Amino acid sequence: MNPEKFSAKHVLWSRLLKSVLLWVALLAVITLPAVIAASSPLLAWRDPVYSASGFAGVLAMTLLLVQPLLVGGYLPGVRKLRGRITHRWMGAALLGAVVIHVGGLWITSPPDVVDALLLRSPTPFSLWGVIAMWTTVAAALLAVFRRRLRITMRTWRCVHALLVMSTVAASTAHALLIEGTMGTVSKVLLCALAISATCWAVIDLRSLSGITRWWRR
Amino acid sequence: MNYRATNRRQFLSVGAATAGTVLFGGATAFGAAARAGNIAPTPTMRGGANNYRPGAPIVERIGGGGFWMSGTVRRAGDGAALAGRRIQMWAHTTEGHERDERSHGATLTDSDGSFRLEMPQIVPAFGQAHAHLAYDAEHDDSSFETVFLRPIMSSSGDASLHVEFVLQQV
Repeated sequence: MNPEKFSAKHVLWSRLLKSVLLWVALLAVITLPAVIAASSPLLAWRDPVYSASGFAGVLAMTLLLVQPLLVGGYLPGVRKLRGRITHRWMGAALLGAVVIHVGGLWITSPPDVVDALLLRSPTPFSLWGVIAMWTTVAAALLAVFRRRLRITMRTWRCVHALLVMSTVAASTAHALLIEGTMGTVSKVLLCALAISATCWAVIDLRSLSGITRWWRR
Repeated sequence: MNYRATNRRQFLSVGAATAGTVLFGGATAFGAAARAGNIAPTPTMRGGANNYRPGAPIVERIGGGGFWMSGTVRRAGDGAALAGRRIQMWAHTTEGHERDERSHGATLTDSDGSFRLEMPQIVPAFGQAHAHLAYDAEHDDSSFETVFLRPIMSSSGDASLHVEFVLQQV
């Protein structure tokens, strides 16, 4: 038996196994919160619009985990370029989810949403939600007008990363303070993974190098 | 050893002095408040009036019941119980959204200023299990100022909630 041949085959198989396991884990993490939310007893006492807006919120939180994984090219079988293109589409989907979330809540209870948007809501989690909404919108606008902004790629990345980090942090605070359809364990897990993935991507892609450069000057 | 003993003695004496000051100060303040009849009015809470439907009927029970909303209504200043005051309540319950007409109902306070109304179980909505209560001057004799409250349940599993109103005379 040729040990070199065996070893090459072994590496190939272990790589395949690793990617399969990673995808299974990711799909589980993505679908679990939605499945738990779908089986929440609270849905029995909510109309379809309110239920849908809740689900849009869960989906948005899930996309916050997927986005850094895509842009960093960390998903097995998804190359960096493909990841980047998908990152843009998922960004649009995230914005859509936020619009459905806020719009659905507005239809359900206009005065509560107006209070939240005017920053006079009695509930602190509303404020975190509104902050996350605006940082998401800002990050998306920055992406849409990237070429027209005439800023260096380094600066663009830095600002985009800061906005995204604020979004993830504020969304986590928003989600954790709410008693909603998501299960506590799946919610904490999803938020922790979204924060970890975001930090990992920001460090790995050196997205904040603009700041360190400016600092050293 | 000596150092530690001194330290503890100091600690104890300072602690005793603090406790004495707080107790004396507290008692003085309480006595003054009671003499002056300084019971402060309940301020309207932010978001308290959200989804309010003015003039809900006075009912024996809202919907099928199962949840008890109780409370007291007193006068600011001397804290006298206010009888026959109309309190309206609404919430997101197992039977409907806050904005739904069937989620609203009102009751009158007894001679001792207390009220109690059975309503459907309140469930978490817009992030937390909460209720809305109103004393609306326009639907009473207008001798007290309108107050809207938005109390939060300490646990969404609770089957009752107690709310206190202190109304300001006009």
